[in-house]
Amino acid sequence: MTREEVETGMDEMEIDGGEQREGNAVPEGFNANYLKVYYGKLFPHADMFKWMSYGNDGKHPGCDQSYFVRREFSFTLGNDIYLRFLSFNSASELENSIKEKCPVKIDIGPVYSVDPAKRRAYAQTGDNVFTPVERELIFDIDMTDYDDVRYCCSGADVCLDCWPLMTIAIKVLDTALRDDFGFNHILWAYSGRRGVHCWVCDEKARRLTNEQRAAIADYFRVYKVGNENSHKKVSLTGLALHPFLARSYTEVLRNFFETKLLSSQNLFSSEERYEKILDMIPDESVTSELRGKWQENRRSSISKDDINVARWEQLKHLLQSGKHKGQGLRRCIEEIVFSYTYPRLDMEVSKHMNHLLKAPFCVHPKTGRVCVPIDPNQCEDFDPTTVPTLSKLLEELNMGGVKADADNDWDRTSLGKSVRIFRSTFLQPLLKSCKEEIESAYSSKLQQSKNSISW
Amino acid sequence: MEAVRSQRKSLANDVVSTLPLYRSAPALEVRLEDFELFAMDRLRVLKGISDGLSRGKKPKEMDNLVRDLWKANMMHPQASEVVNKDIISHFVLRLVYCRTALMAEFGLSYKAVSNSEFESIKDKLGQVAKSISQPLPTADVIFYKVPFEEVPELVAGRRVFIHKGNAYIAANQVVSLVATQFRSHLSKALSLTNRKWTSTLREQEKDRLAPIVEALSTSYLGPDYSQPKGFSEISVKDIDELAKSSFPLCMRHLFEKLREDHHLKHGGRMQLGLFLKMHVAMNLFDTFVLDTLSETGSLGINSHGTVWGVGLNLDDALLFWKAEFSQKVGAERFDKEYAYSIRHNYGREGKRTDYTPYSCQKIISSTPGVGDHHGCPYRHFSEENLRAALSKMGVNSRGMEDVMDKVQNRHYQLACTLTFEAVHGSSCDSGINHPNQYFSDSQKILQSKNHSTV
Ligand SMILES: [Zn+2]
Repeated sequence: MTREEVETGMDEMEIDGGEQREGNAVPEGFNANYLKVYYGKLFPHADMFKWMSYGNDGKHPGCDQSYFVRREFSFTLGNDIYLRFLSFNSASELENSIKEKCPVKIDIGPVYSVDPAKRRAYAQTGDNVFTPVERELIFDIDMTDYDDVRYCCSGADVCLDCWPLMTIAIKVLDTALRDDFGFNHILWAYSGRRGVHCWVCDEKARRLTNEQRAAIADYFRVYKVGNENSHKKVSLTGLALHPFLARSYTEVLRNFFETKLLSSQNLFSSEERYEKILDMIPDESVTSELRGKWQENRRSSISKDDINVARWEQLKHLLQSGKHKGQGLRRCIEEIVFSYTYPRLDMEVSKHMNHLLKAPFCVHPKTGRVCVPIDPNQCEDFDPTTVPTLSKLLEELNMGGVKADADNDWDRTSLGKSVRIFRSTFLQPLLKSCKEEIESAYSSKLQQSKNSISW
Repeated sequence: MEAVRSQRKSLANDVVSTLPLYRSAPALEVRLEDFELFAMDRLRVLKGISDGLSRGKKPKEMDNLVRDLWKANMMHPQASEVVNKDIISHFVLRLVYCRTALMAEFGLSYKAVSNSEFESIKDKLGQVAKSISQPLPTADVIFYKVPFEEVPELVAGRRVFIHKGNAYIAANQVVSLVATQFRSHLSKALSLTNRKWTSTLREQEKDRLAPIVEALSTSYLGPDYSQPKGFSEISVKDIDELAKSSFPLCMRHLFEKLREDHHLKHGGRMQLGLFLKMHVAMNLFDTFVLDTLSETGSLGINSHGTVWGVGLNLDDALLFWKAEFSQKVGAERFDKEYAYSIRHNYGREGKRTDYTPYSCQKIISSTPGVGDHHGCPYRHFSEENLRAALSKMGVNSRGMEDVMDKVQNRHYQLACTLTFEAVHGSSCDSGINHPNQYFSDSQKILQSKNHSTV
């Protein structure tokens, strides 16, 4: 898209950005003109480049100078033009291109064997060498996949009553990725609207094969697949839960279910809702006993406690009581909790190296909210409804007055906190270990070439 | 492992607890007599398997044969001794065959979980076992610690405990994973042993172990496996000679085109590159390990039980290709664009699977396009070109007509076999099924000729 097109698009939106700014009030909304300012002053270009270089932008002889240029970026432009296989030689090339093209969305793809922008040239030589070689292990969790277990909103909407579902997903996955799989460099980001993205950036994560990615995704899968209700059916078989599931259950799921979701989603408040839960108990005598109690209970309605909590306790009590102690039924409680809380992953995104994922710090075109990083250690405090919007940031920028020092622009806005989280919880430790890895790989390579080669 | 004369410590209490993955030599003292005897017994098993394979026994028959051979040669009245004998004989043969095997490749290691570590994760392991309805692990079940990446199917099914990137797999889960790991591990170990042997041990042991090792390597399985130059270093410059003497036509053609054009297109690079790649097929050892490891016994035996492959390791493969390609595209472009795919072939990039050399079947069924030089010459060459190529290989006119006859009847592998026979002047009863087999069979014949003329 050329500069002219950008400005034409702006006119159509009937917003005169230049003059509106005077009173600091920036109208709500998302448009190319705001984006231009955002990319010009706030977007952390240098941080993104540092991240995507993984230490290879250094001076050390072990640095792979061709690393960054082999990374695929793709831009979605304002008029739904979608540019794939973009690549950039340097930090300034990336920054200039973003500023010039002003994409409404930036996606990040894999690192290929060769510069993706030149893939056609390679194809013409008959060489099949254009293939992804590195890619972060990524996870995409979207609230729309939870519509059968949340009653506050549906579709693209989220609120503080359903957002804990995302908090659960972050906690469960983050713990497993670190403790089970041994990954250290994990970035969580708000998707800008109704979900979260996860980037696992350790070197060994980036080099996982598709098969290994699929294995990890399957490790996280508890939902039965195969029908349109694929998300609803949780199947926990065996005499015990796998340690990962057991830990997730006792440390996260049960607690969130009982102290938050049970009441906030009113899971037992109506017949329709509790019937959905009773459906998961494969014992007619149990369900009819509970059903009887709850129908009676509604007529008398004397309960001073939260009805959801009370009914859940009754259900648990009955299932755990002596006469129903069969393993099959005890697992029911866990299955219900899992069904209403366990993370629902978009498996395909995680399984393949060449899936694209929206870059953090993009601005969601529908909400105007920035895809800010989330500190997994503080994820309970994250509030999607207070994530800075484009217009709020511009307002803050205007309030502060324009300083000559452009580097610190984001620091004068509420984006500053997000950039600091990005750096301190993710980028700095990542670059430190990248540096160490490059140095040690280089010295062991030297060592190896010193040793004579025997045939 | 230390060899001692005649006096011995009781081995019974020192049974090596690792199952025979042969990661490291056991810290055992071995009687010199046992050193040789054990190795001879193991060789008898190997030889028996080798014979069975060459007689074309079916996998089922081979299973039985292996078990019988093992019983006959490797058993010991004391159970603990069986394990020790197995391990000792393995390491002795490793010492013997490091001198002839072509090797490199990285090894991947399995660490047996120590008792204290087992105790600390016992509950978790028990939880996993219960979750997949397996019996609870006891202290005598050996667990191994492997990077989770190596056991994707176990990870996917949550059939292992995973902690900090390591999967803890029970011995009975090892079976499905050992084959590939063991091969690459062994080839690396052979290389290390070789270095150690030639740099220090051979001299130190020249009056003691060296004669035994020498004798074992030459006397039993015969000169086929030993190299005429003893411990030899084949270098890139030897390839020209080898190409002339022992490459099948398909590889010889690619090789000549590469020398001529300093370039090969993808198909050709793959076909030649994998052929040249070092490929130590230690399937016989694998079979033993697997058989003794598991009681399942359902393991098929790979039909190529010999050490084959031309033997370019990764570093030299890179050197070799670079020397040619850089003349055409420059060193920098080579590094940028081609080095990757070579590393890829060696399993160091991308999927990291270790690609195996192409078989005749695969080569015959390939579809080379314009400017491609891969494929099977008997199938893909014009008659005129094929005749020219054959006469260049030294096939006489009578042999030529026989070959062309097979080609016309589309028996490309038979045509190749006849070429082999014409060039080497000796028969090839097994037929040619694989370019690397052509190469190793050729080398065997040439080496035995060398021996007989000396
Ligand atoms: Zn909501």
